[in-house]
Amino acid sequence: MKASGTRIGLEVHCQLTNLKTKLFCSCSSDYRGKAPNIYICPICMGMPGTLPVLNKKAVEDAMMVAIALGAKISGEMLFFRKNYFYPDMPKNFQISQYDKAGGVPLALGGFVQIDGKGVRIRRIQLEEDPGKLSYEGTIESSTHTLVDYNRAGIALIEIVTEPDMSSPKEARLFLEKLRSILEHLGVSDGSLEGSMRCDANISLKGGKRVEVKNISSFKEVERALSFEITRQKSLIERGLGVGQETRHWDEVRRITVSLRTKEEEQDYRYFPEPDLVPFVITEEQTRDIERRMPELPDKRRRRFIEQYHLLPQSAEILTRVKAIADFFEGCAKLYNKPIDISNWVIGELLPHIRDKSIGIDELRITPKHLVDILKLMDDGTISRETARFVLQNTLSTGKMPYEVIEERGVKRVVDRDYVKKMVEKVLEEHPRAVKDALVDRKVANYLMGKLMKMTEGRLDPKLAGEMIKRRLSELSKSATF
Amino acid sequence: MKGKEGISRKEIEHIAWLARVELSKKELEVFSKQLNEILAYFAKIDEVDTEGIPPSHHVLDFSNVFREDEVESSMSEESLRNVPQTKGRFVRAPRMT
Repeated sequence: MKASGTRIGLEVHCQLTNLKTKLFCSCSSDYRGKAPNIYICPICMGMPGTLPVLNKKAVEDAMMVAIALGAKISGEMLFFRKNYFYPDMPKNFQISQYDKAGGVPLALGGFVQIDGKGVRIRRIQLEEDPGKLSYEGTIESSTHTLVDYNRAGIALIEIVTEPDMSSPKEARLFLEKLRSILEHLGVSDGSLEGSMRCDANISLKGGKRVEVKNISSFKEVERALSFEITRQKSLIERGLGVGQETRHWDEVRRITVSLRTKEEEQDYRYFPEPDLVPFVITEEQTRDIERRMPELPDKRRRRFIEQYHLLPQSAEILTRVKAIADFFEGCAKLYNKPIDISNWVIGELLPHIRDKSIGIDELRITPKHLVDILKLMDDGTISRETARFVLQNTLSTGKMPYEVIEERGVKRVVDRDYVKKMVEKVLEEHPRAVKDALVDRKVANYLMGKLMKMTEGRLDPKLAGEMIKRRLSELSKSATF
Repeated sequence: MKGKEGISRKEIEHIAWLARVELSKKELEVFSKQLNEILAYFAKIDEVDTEGIPPSHHVLDFSNVFREDEVESSMSEESLRNVPQTKGRFVRAPRMT
């Protein structure tokens, strides 16, 4: 969907999932699948008299992100309190950063390249995740909220872009690229549920800016934005205009709903967090982290083209998700046929992942599986068709390729006696075709097709072809006499 | 802040809403008066000329207080005991809209 004058900006929240503890206390951050409120302490519960202490690694990880996005790291950063009364934060404020009222976030500026277009980054900051709310009984009738604070205080980085995207698809591409960068940095695992969330700002020509909140996954971003474009377009076309407001994405009904919030930015009464001293970041520390930076997707893509001679398009697809790039390289290390491997990963593995909508980490095969199949195909043990069949089978069972080949009896048949017997059988069953083939040798191809069909493509094609030819010339000799 | 003009009744109602506190008519009256007195008192600070002086966010003269990323045992049971209302292991709070 593309509408002229569409401007989209994103505010992405990513958990620094690589950290073992929360942002300001030593509670474990490993909250997924755990009983409620087992990782809480007086600090993240906001008890009077407690003091937050900043996680050093969180700052280093966030600096890595800033460097990867080409942002300018602040020489001195401050934390601010964002005040609001809502039970997801027990302190009644969130420790965050602010770029106004004298506030200095971790980093400003930056740039992400997508599909030949640049998306500018406005700021990158550190803040704490709020707790998780659920409702007693049904969401409609419930009078009380149940809160689990295990997530409260988990380190988040907030990345805010300029409104440089012009379609929902570009927003998705930006998020995919960002996720790949974070995964290459090893700071955030985007496959973990709820580890990356985003809010979107969207405006159309002739309308005001609308903020859409509560988008829980990247898949939903495209949907939510497409819905908003349709809604805003229709309002503008009917001359009703679009006013500035905040809307909520309802994932179930797939619509946005007006929030009619009475809280404006000034109502958060941001002020410097008195419990945290300023943080000075020297250029030397920045350089030190720069030296430790791992390879990023853009560089890896270029290396794939150079080192493995892949087509730029293939290298682009493979480096979109770190786990896929890793899988490809894992295979290439085991078997020096990178182009074949890239074709199989893109042509067979990715469609499987897409169809089943699973993550590559949920795949039941390792690079060795694919490499074994390709080796068996290359040495003639199995045909290309069989190789495909074996791959599909290993994908659904996780069995090693040789096991599948044994079990299914799909090994290529090179036994001359067996092939001969099958050839005779096919010729007997198709007497008319044999007659034609004696006149026109091209009809032999038809017989070959029948033979392969009968044997489910398992015969060695070269041997089978020779056998048909030989049998036909024997027949033509006996027919002459 | 409004300084000498003081704080209006409407602003107090808004602040009360932000804090999710319901005020009676009488309380509104009392707080209007008290808050305006406090603001008038602090308005004295506005008289100081701060031109060209950098803002001071902190009074302590040190920076960079960090901790290492190492898990220490949470005090979850003690912390939960301080919660006014629980349901199972959940903290129970009034529904807010």
